Amino acid sequence: MQRSFIARNPSVLIFLGILAVFTLGATILSEGFGIGLISTSMIKTLGKTLCLCLIAIAMDLVWGYCGILSLGHFAFFGLGGYMIGMWLMYARTENIILTSLAQAPIPPTDDEIRSAIGNQIFGVVGGSDFPLIWAFADSLTIQLVLVVLVPGLLALVFGWLAFRSRVTGVYLSILTQAMTLALSLYLFQNDSGLRGNNGLSGLQNIPGAKGVPQSVISIWFLWASAIALALGYILAAWMMSGKFGSVIRGIRDDEARVRFLGYSVETYKLVIFTVTAIIAAIAGALYYPQAGIINPAEIAPIASIYLAVWVAIGGRGRIYGAVIGAALVSLLSTWFTGGQAPSIPLGFYTIHWVDWWQVLLGVTFVLVTLFAPQGIGGAIDRLVRKGTQL
Amino acid sequence: MRTLLEVSGVSVSFDGFKAINNLSFQIAEGELRAVIGPNGAGKTTFMDIVTGKTRPDEGYVIWGERSVNLLKMSEAQIAQAGIGRKFQRPTVFEDQSVFDNLIMSLKNDRGPLGVLLYRRSARDNERVQELAEEIGLTDHLHRKAGELSHGQKQWLEIGMLLAQEPRLLLVDEPAAGMTLAEREHTTNLLKQAAKTRAVVVVEHDMEFVRRLDCKVTVLHEGSVLAEGSLDHVTQNQDVIDVYLGR
Repeated sequence: MQRSFIARNPSVLIFLGILAVFTLGATILSEGFGIGLISTSMIKTLGKTLCLCLIAIAMDLVWGYCGILSLGHFAFFGLGGYMIGMWLMYARTENIILTSLAQAPIPPTDDEIRSAIGNQIFGVVGGSDFPLIWAFADSLTIQLVLVVLVPGLLALVFGWLAFRSRVTGVYLSILTQAMTLALSLYLFQNDSGLRGNNGLSGLQNIPGAKGVPQSVISIWFLWASAIALALGYILAAWMMSGKFGSVIRGIRDDEARVRFLGYSVETYKLVIFTVTAIIAAIAGALYYPQAGIINPAEIAPIASIYLAVWVAIGGRGRIYGAVIGAALVSLLSTWFTGGQAPSIPLGFYTIHWVDWWQVLLGVTFVLVTLFAPQGIGGAIDRLVRKGTQL
Repeated sequence: MRTLLEVSGVSVSFDGFKAINNLSFQIAEGELRAVIGPNGAGKTTFMDIVTGKTRPDEGYVIWGERSVNLLKMSEAQIAQAGIGRKFQRPTVFEDQSVFDNLIMSLKNDRGPLGVLLYRRSARDNERVQELAEEIGLTDHLHRKAGELSHGQKQWLEIGMLLAQEPRLLLVDEPAAGMTLAEREHTTNLLKQAAKTRAVVVVEHDMEFVRRLDCKVTVLHEGSVLAEGSLDHVTQNQDVIDVYLGR
């Protein structure tokens, strides 16, 4: 009596339905393909939000299910963005250079073209030579492979070192913070090869899609993000609903017991850490072309802490909880910090949300942790249970 | 009978305190053995060493007919080699159903890939049903383990151990906190288990040990004080002095 995947995961169909309606709705209301009720920048915000939901799923797997409070998953997200950003920037700069040199009386040599591209990209950090890590930047295929490979390898090596030494709990969290901080500080340097604090920019211009307006490109990315999120959700539900999920949740609740059952806890942690790092990297690779720019500030330690806050508010150990938390909090954050939220005049003092949003978020986080440790997802679970009992 | 596990000359100290002092211990295949001793005699540390949780300072632990050195293996490897352990407090996965607890314990591939692609076979389902019957939890298979009573959790844990099909079962104070009827059931479970494998029971409760009706090893200050039938050891003057006499 093997129950089907859908029967074990009733939330999958509901989620896919909502996601499909949302994406279709946004497309119909968009400027690019529809009636123009939603601005292109709003479409981009929605697309980015879907990517944030995807990394929240990764965070939920590693923290909510496996109990590893990683405060470094944004490092993988950022690395994914950098890997795709390198190709985007290279290919677009190449196009520009080729166009401008096309009028030249003497056809330029390959070396000249390459050094012109280098000048264009690295001039801002006072260089013109391509660092070694840009060796494959002209190949989309290889950079796409690197989106998976680089963060995956980093997670594998970091995880192997940390889990093998049985670093757990708050110590592991601190280590992951140190990892993302170190990476961010390294990337801030001008000679890191990724343009220091300037980061990579102009990523919204897709090479080969010249003349295609942003309003259309934004819809492409919205759909790509939605598909990635759907696949991520299905993958996460599949992994967590079977015996593998049992072992992972067992590790969260009592890892010594799992060990004495004969499961190599360290190997499982390494698998889940690496897989979620790759999911985060893919989310990042879809996010930054919509954001248009990536710089080392994106992977500052605070970003990964926000990620944990989203998942905590949404509800740990529930995949849809992570999605709800990420969507809700990041959209609210955009609204509050974008200056659209109305200020509240108190007479003696006026609350400007741009300044006070962080406080509101912090207080919410504390309240959720104290009074609703199951988050929004827990409340939904209770409602569903009540509904089925009636 | 052939020796299944041989612990020889093992010592371990924590911050200068010798928890185990030159301990030697043997158990044959299919044997039921009770280990008793006052608090701090090193009973739990002994289990920690055999299952790989604690590394001894000296001595060796030899396992099975191929004489494998257990001290070189990780906890998971030792468990896979066929040593199952039941903790003092019932440790089951409370957030998961009794069924899932048992499925996780069944003797199957333990690697991540095998587990990820695992599909329940008819044989596995049967095996879970059998086990559930044995431990008296047939009607509770789809309840969360956390909702079970204390005694039921103990049985579930014993069921999980049996599901692992270990050749040696280490059981730490199985009767603690049980009612009389629950104790009886537990005794029967352990005796039943000992028919097909070796079982070592660490216990405080003399009455329980008497009911097990097996060879007894008395530990004191980290080494073996006496060994033999319960009547034999309870008449031993050393044992009376350090343990029973007090």
